[in-house]
Amino acid sequence: MSTTMSAQQGSASFGGVQARSEEAINEPRIAIRNLDFYYGSNRALKGVNLDLPDKQVTGMIGPSGCGKSTLLRVLNRMYDLYPGQRATGEVMMDGENIIAPDADLNALRARVGMVFQKPTPFPMTIYDNIAFGVKLHERLSKSAMDERVEWSLTRGALWEEVKDRLNTSAMGLSGGQQQRLCIARTIAVRPEVILLDEPTSALDPISTLKIEELIDELKHDFTIAIVTHNMQQAARCADQVAFFYLGEMVEVSPAVQMFTAPRERRTQEYITGRFG
Amino acid sequence: MSATITAGTVPGPAKDLQAARALGRRRHRVNVVIKVLCVLATIIGLLLLASILFTLVWRGATGLSLVVFTQTTKPPGSNGGLLNAIVGTLIQTGLGTLIGAPIGLMVGTYLAEYGRGSPLANAVRFVSDVLLSAPSILIGLFVYELVVEPFGGFSGIAGCLALAVLVIPIVVRTTEDMLQLISPSLREAAVALGAPKWTVIVLICYRAAKDGIVTGILLAIARIAGETAPLLFTSLGNLNWSISLTQPMASLPVTIYQYAGSAFDDWVQLAWVGALLITVGVLALNIVARFALRARS
Repeated sequence: MSTTMSAQQGSASFGGVQARSEEAINEPRIAIRNLDFYYGSNRALKGVNLDLPDKQVTGMIGPSGCGKSTLLRVLNRMYDLYPGQRATGEVMMDGENIIAPDADLNALRARVGMVFQKPTPFPMTIYDNIAFGVKLHERLSKSAMDERVEWSLTRGALWEEVKDRLNTSAMGLSGGQQQRLCIARTIAVRPEVILLDEPTSALDPISTLKIEELIDELKHDFTIAIVTHNMQQAARCADQVAFFYLGEMVEVSPAVQMFTAPRERRTQEYITGRFG
Repeated sequence: MSATITAGTVPGPAKDLQAARALGRRRHRVNVVIKVLCVLATIIGLLLLASILFTLVWRGATGLSLVVFTQTTKPPGSNGGLLNAIVGTLIQTGLGTLIGAPIGLMVGTYLAEYGRGSPLANAVRFVSDVLLSAPSILIGLFVYELVVEPFGGFSGIAGCLALAVLVIPIVVRTTEDMLQLISPSLREAAVALGAPKWTVIVLICYRAAKDGIVTGILLAIARIAGETAPLLFTSLGNLNWSISLTQPMASLPVTIYQYAGSAFDDWVQLAWVGALLITVGVLALNIVARFALRARS
């Protein structure tokens, strides 16, 4: 039906959703091959194959429990915290399989940062929140650290709001500011990949807008994967969108195609709101 | 396209207004009865507490003088004070906490962070909880067998150890509880930055659970500051001035125990003063710690 709509006019819409127009997908930064994931004996991801293009945004959509957050937690091995959770297959990044048992987890997490659904400021000052992650991986002089804090808060679009209160507790910030602090904290470690797990679902529309603008800005330097329940958000932010259903990666396409001419019937039904 | 809302008609079977009002009145009556019972119970509890505190302050304050803090315990009739008992209690409570709190903190950390669900952790938790409710005189006897007998006599350090054993299970329980209250997302956020486990525990979890952990330690101090039974078999008490840890050591609770039952009026009076001092001391410690915590956060 909507295939007749104009993908070539700069923007396109499907089910009332506007998608970005650039269709070129970059070389993969992370390549996922035949990934299976188990919570105990429950198979939560089934043979997932997916490339995350370098310095672009991959949106992951799908109904609750479909495995998209699980996939995100594989990419920085967060599942290692919990016994009984395991992944098999290949997740290649810079020529190494990051889900191999001998991978250096702390180094991996310095390269693959993550921002969670609920803002998680540490119970310390704004400055220390940023410095915490940096200190784990680098030894910086006071002035270099000051510079890093300013740089990451600026990149996190928070510097102007907090520059006069860096030494006050981060718990006093608003929800949206806390989430931008968490993003800045992740950037401060200078990762290559940033994983965003429904980063705006606990935020108001204005804060959501700010974070989406931030994502657009950040993809010039970072490879980004974002899980979202919000179709509009996927369309606004993502260059490539992957649709998950019941643990399977049903379809991955450039955002324009996903929201104008999805190949799979299940994708089309989900996007148009027939289930999910 | 919007549905039309018609006023007046309510779908479904008709409502019996009489019955609804009767139900409302009944609920109101039950509410009043429950409220009165709750308020009465509160009053009874508060009255008992207030009467204890009032008697304590009344009887204790009349005997309060500088002599109490400058003189050691003396034979009846010779105007003695409580200096040795006060200092003895400070030393034994302080050292007992210094020994017991770090051990309790680490055990609690093990239970909450490292041993979750493991058989060893479950066993440790069980033993610790049993210890928590064990009669304190048993702890005194335990340390008597372990320290007093083999090392040839009652000593201040034995008293410290007995109090430390009392501190451990309290701190274990509160530390574990407080660490478990921390949301997993905070832990994950630290891990996601590449923090190793010990860093997450020391720099994030302890900080987030600080208030609760400190409260647990204060509870433990309050508990041991007034303990008598475990000291009877360990530091025994000392009528003379002594701050040697290898000698028997005086303490306020033991002195109160000895003096309160005596036939001499001035000794009974000093026992009241001692009881007041412990109460006020623990209260002051709590207030100061609470203010300190609030000021920093």
